[in-house]
Amino acid sequence: MALLEIRNVTRRFGDLVAVDNVSINIEAGEFFTLLGPSGCGKTTLLRMIAGFDLPDGGQILLDGKDLAGTPPEKRPIHTVFQSYALFPHMTVTGNVSFPLKMAGKSPDEIAVKVKEVLDLVHLSDKGESFPHELSGGQKQRVALARGLVNRPRLLMLDEPLGALDAKLREEMQIELITLQRDVGITFVFVTHSQAEALALSHRIAVMNAGRIEQMDEPSKIYSFPVNRFVADFIGRINILQAEVLEAAPDHLRIRIPGMGEVRAPAKTGAARGQKGVLALRPEQVRIAAKIDDVADENHFPGKVRDFLYVGDITTYIVDLNNGARIEALLPNSATGRAKFFEIGDAVKVAWPKDAGLFLND
Amino acid sequence: MNRSSWLWSISALVYAFLYVPLIIVVVYSFNDSRLNAEWVGFTLNWYRVLFNDEQMIRAAVNSLTIAVVSGLVATALGTMAGIAIHRYKPKLLPFMVITPVAMPEILLGVSLLLFFIQVMNLTLGMLSIIIAHITFCIGFVAIVVRARLAGMDESIFEAARDLGATPWQTFKLVTFPLIMPGVIAGALMSFTLSIDDFVITFFTVGVGVSTLPLQIYSMIKIAVTPEVNAVSTLLMLLTLTTIIIASKFAPDTLRGAMK
Repeated sequence: MALLEIRNVTRRFGDLVAVDNVSINIEAGEFFTLLGPSGCGKTTLLRMIAGFDLPDGGQILLDGKDLAGTPPEKRPIHTVFQSYALFPHMTVTGNVSFPLKMAGKSPDEIAVKVKEVLDLVHLSDKGESFPHELSGGQKQRVALARGLVNRPRLLMLDEPLGALDAKLREEMQIELITLQRDVGITFVFVTHSQAEALALSHRIAVMNAGRIEQMDEPSKIYSFPVNRFVADFIGRINILQAEVLEAAPDHLRIRIPGMGEVRAPAKTGAARGQKGVLALRPEQVRIAAKIDDVADENHFPGKVRDFLYVGDITTYIVDLNNGARIEALLPNSATGRAKFFEIGDAVKVAWPKDAGLFLND
Repeated sequence: MNRSSWLWSISALVYAFLYVPLIIVVVYSFNDSRLNAEWVGFTLNWYRVLFNDEQMIRAAVNSLTIAVVSGLVATALGTMAGIAIHRYKPKLLPFMVITPVAMPEILLGVSLLLFFIQVMNLTLGMLSIIIAHITFCIGFVAIVVRARLAGMDESIFEAARDLGATPWQTFKLVTFPLIMPGVIAGALMSFTLSIDDFVITFFTVGVGVSTLPLQIYSMIKIAVTPEVNAVSTLLMLLTLTTIIIASKFAPDTLRGAMK
């Protein structure tokens, strides 16, 4: 049995359907992520799990028990809020011991547990500090410690890294993974950042307009997005208008209007004449100066429009003759060389025949 | 004269207009003469007279009693109103609470008088004054408490619930400690407003009861003796101290909310 079972949950605000018939099973020990743009319903779902909001339809079950009649304080589910929501009039120790006091633990037990959890988040020396004396990263850790200390069945994290700067965010990501593995508590992580979702999660549910578009492991979602929304939202991707010319069992023949014909991996349900898009990850696309280098791949002529040097790789943006724009990544393994092509160079854009995905538009 | 010295002189005039009369009152309370006309010499005699004036002492005790009781009750009710306005965003309540603050005092005085006599059939006295003072103090407390809550991160209160606190524990351990400075400021303001209120008290006072402002008024009807200066000085001292303490607790809110 799943730890948390979300069954056909719907929540409406007036005419707006914030959460539309969503079903998710979250297993014990999982690091599960709700990913989607702002307004997709992920926070509403989180608030219903926490007990601050109630579904208009459907059920939320914890260990098989319906949570409907249980107020937030009775649910063994804790939340790390986006704003951290630390109690400003209490010290770090006061904040972290709060859930233990509410649970009626003895002072001795509280002291031991607070010390343990502060060690865990590397804040043992900050016990007497007040929240306003802490940095953003430290506040984040206090909020985590406070959420974890009474060992909830489920810890929910609402965009917890949103307020941190880029470098700190990366450090905290690694800490979060380690922490979750060490404490073994199920995490439900809410974010709009696909990079965070891919890096942290065991499974991701991609949400859009109140519905779940796709739910799977990060690598599956990245490599096999089920539709254009997911493809676009997760990572960078090139989208080319496409039409199926032939749907063979082992491959597709696809026409790119204004450019020509390419091959793509087979797709169940694709039929001759169907219109859609061909989605290509930038790292699957190569660019070359001569046609000989790429003769046995899908290839089109183009012209370098711009490039972006970011150290380990350079991203080239190439204009195709039909007006479409393609991004290609080239690794900079040769030291001291930032680029292989100049702006305006005529090049060949190519990708393997087993790369790319045909998606319904 | 350049622009800046013009501005300085205008400010100086305004301050003089505001404070010179007060300073004169204070200074002449120490004047060794029955008249407030010329400076004769320093004395504490008028304070001695004041503390032996039984009527005055009774009025002072009445004033303090009224101020403390109505201050406490208004603080409790105003705090609840402030929280309710903030949390439930009612449409009517803010107006209902704030109207007595904005309404002309004379109107409030007359309407309370009619209400006490014709509707409640209440004998005018301490109780009627206390109820009247509570009425106009609630609004001030509600404004200060609400302003205090308005600047706060709402998720703090949800976090308390989320971490296992019942609604009552959330109020006791989180909400109340956080609005405490506003509550104290509101209480001190109520105290100040009550202790020097004249108009509303005048309408709701019964026979045989007096308060400090009423007592001072009845004395100056005959003549402004230095005893009046002395009692005014003490009242001023009390009010000022209270306001200074209150502004320490809610510096931002008081600047906006005070008359």
